[in-house]
Amino acid sequence: MAVVAAERSRAASRLPAAIKDAAGTALLALGLAVPILALRIDQNINNEPILRPRWDYVAIAVAVAFLGRLAWLLIRPSRAGAAAAKPQGASGGLAALSAWLSRAFATTGVILLVLYPLLALSLAGWAGAIKWIDNFGIQILIYVMLGWGLNIVVGLAGLLDLGYVAFYAVGAYSTALLVHNFGFGFWLCLPLAGIFAALWGILLGFPVLRLRGDYLAIVTLAFGEIIRLVLINWVPLTNGYAGISGIARPSFFGLPFNASDQGFAAFFGLEFTPLHRTIFLFYVILALALVTNWATLRLRRLPIGRAWEALREDEIACRSLGINTTNTKLTAFAIGAAFGGFAGSFFAARQGFISPESFTFMESAIIVAIVVLGGMGSQIGVAIAAIVMIGGTELLRELDWLKQIFGADFDPTQYRMLVFGLAMVLLMIWRPRGLIATRQPSIFLRERRAVRADLVKEGHG
Amino acid sequence: MEYFLQQVINGVTLGSIYGLIAIGYTMVFGIIGMVNFAHGDVFMLSTFIALIFLMVLTQVLGLGSLAVALFIVLIAAMLLTSLWAWAIERLAYRPLRGSFRLAPLISAIGMSIFLSNLVQVTQGPRYKPAPPILGDVITLTAGSGYSVTVSHKQILIVVVTAGLLACFWYLVQNTSIGRAQRACEQDRRMAALLGIDVDRTIALTFVMGAALAAVAGLLFMIYYGVVSFNDGFVPGVKAFTAAVLGGIGSLPGAVLGGLLIGLIETLWSAYFSIDYKDVATFSILAITLIFLPSGLLGKPEVEKV
Repeated sequence: MAVVAAERSRAASRLPAAIKDAAGTALLALGLAVPILALRIDQNINNEPILRPRWDYVAIAVAVAFLGRLAWLLIRPSRAGAAAAKPQGASGGLAALSAWLSRAFATTGVILLVLYPLLALSLAGWAGAIKWIDNFGIQILIYVMLGWGLNIVVGLAGLLDLGYVAFYAVGAYSTALLVHNFGFGFWLCLPLAGIFAALWGILLGFPVLRLRGDYLAIVTLAFGEIIRLVLINWVPLTNGYAGISGIARPSFFGLPFNASDQGFAAFFGLEFTPLHRTIFLFYVILALALVTNWATLRLRRLPIGRAWEALREDEIACRSLGINTTNTKLTAFAIGAAFGGFAGSFFAARQGFISPESFTFMESAIIVAIVVLGGMGSQIGVAIAAIVMIGGTELLRELDWLKQIFGADFDPTQYRMLVFGLAMVLLMIWRPRGLIATRQPSIFLRERRAVRADLVKEGHG
Repeated sequence: MEYFLQQVINGVTLGSIYGLIAIGYTMVFGIIGMVNFAHGDVFMLSTFIALIFLMVLTQVLGLGSLAVALFIVLIAAMLLTSLWAWAIERLAYRPLRGSFRLAPLISAIGMSIFLSNLVQVTQGPRYKPAPPILGDVITLTAGSGYSVTVSHKQILIVVVTAGLLACFWYLVQNTSIGRAQRACEQDRRMAALLGIDVDRTIALTFVMGAALAAVAGLLFMIYYGVVSFNDGFVPGVKAFTAAVLGGIGSLPGAVLGGLLIGLIETLWSAYFSIDYKDVATFSILAITLIFLPSGLLGKPEVEKV
């Protein structure tokens, strides 16, 4: 009690200084907001550009800056004290407990995911469930799978790839083109898409073997953009910006999801509803994501997986111990790309339509952000980061009640990516090493001890 | 020949703009070894600031003299864009200094997403036309067939770029600010031991880069006559390519790289295919990094074991 009272009196004595500081922040916010927020460039009826004043935006920005800074200044010191009180570094017992907890979390997570469509159906009804299963379930799982796929390249092998979306695009476009030109079904396209993406992974991985660090990141970014620009401009093959539509949807062991007599619903004597396909797609992507996770965990124990992690820790030591760094890097690129290709193939089949718009640099950035925010190399961390980032931005679509506060012309969905970008910055400042910063060693003596993040290297390439 | 000459003039104009942006990338990379992904969006923000100020001065305040208006816009855009860059550095990069290498990169990508969406939300997604200014052209060869022209805009762009680069070069080479900056670039810890405020110097680097990007923004707005929230990423990557091509960390390299990228892009569009001009730039970026990582004027990186 006495501690709390002392804390409170100290907070009270800090108040004037905090207000002064927050006023400074508000002044800065005013300086930042006035040039870009205060006047909006619009067009009048004669199509001439005019300026429309919107000082209310500036007022909101300044108020948010003032109150945010004030709250931060008053809350922060007690948090710093709490952090100091916490023991530094987990002991062996604690690490075992946290490992057990994460395993328990993973098991319950999988069970919950398997039951998720039923939960959504019972809570939201047949009409409302499609949004929850499609926009949240499938959308998030695609990013979880992409995050896990990229985790092999970035998290395990330590190669920063900013063009991962290229492999996603290769998977999607190879599926679309195989369906269109050869009439293949989804289940045949899926493995082929993975193989094509892996080949592209090797093809693009080969020239960048010598590069390290930010240079590697930039070259992979350039490759990703080149593939997207070729997809836009090679109109005879890809139909350019218009994209490819009419991609075959996955069938359930040969039963298509339609209202015909040979369809899934008719075969099982159910009433036809498009929800059947959505639920089926949910389980397909769940299975694909779990396969990605299982393969990654298995690969980590194989010599190749250990070589990846050794490469991340110290490339020169690796080379001097006789590890073939060329093969190690290329397999990381190829396997990571293959999972990207699977996800792309699924994406094409789910949408039924693809265009280059879906494969911009922004997508690569989001996937890299998920991997880094998850704590590079941590499977659970990546899944949590995907749920937080993608689920969070999807939730912003649901904020229609804000219209009652800010008026009918307030559209919360357009603030989605604004909040996303700011959240990326703040999450990075809050946890620079990601949400799950410890690592489980794949090989250990006597006792499995979590490795603290500051002892793990982030790789050179 | 006349056609070629015309393309060279256009290319040099475009290249001046890229060179101005490229300096921001190259200085930041030189001093803290980080690719400032948000720099392209800072440039985009400055095009909007410049356009809004120009419209306030000419439409609302009814300033008659275009030269005075442009001068005021130039100063205002430089100051306000610098303020933005300072705030971004303070909020998004300084807390992450000395931390995990990928953290500032992700933070910069987040900042880039934030800035482009901020402009989209507050200014709307449509292209904003700028009032046409300095449209007059000077015909150089009014001979048979194709005539080579230089517009007043292009002269302004090249003259302003050259003048500012001279000032900037003086600032970096001959003042205490520039000396502190070069010292931090060589060895940050040693510079700190000798009494240089490293944080302030780094913030100043961001501010100088943003001020030059703001000049580029104003010139870009005048040259193309249209601005959009989307204009950050592609010019940003091209300017970064220029910085890499010239040798990252080298100031003359950034300008040389900018001119080369501008020329290559213009000539490629003129003689090959306009659709693939960005592919050409990205290919140059990849090829330079793979075969000539230290660029044309950069110092080769020595790998310490």
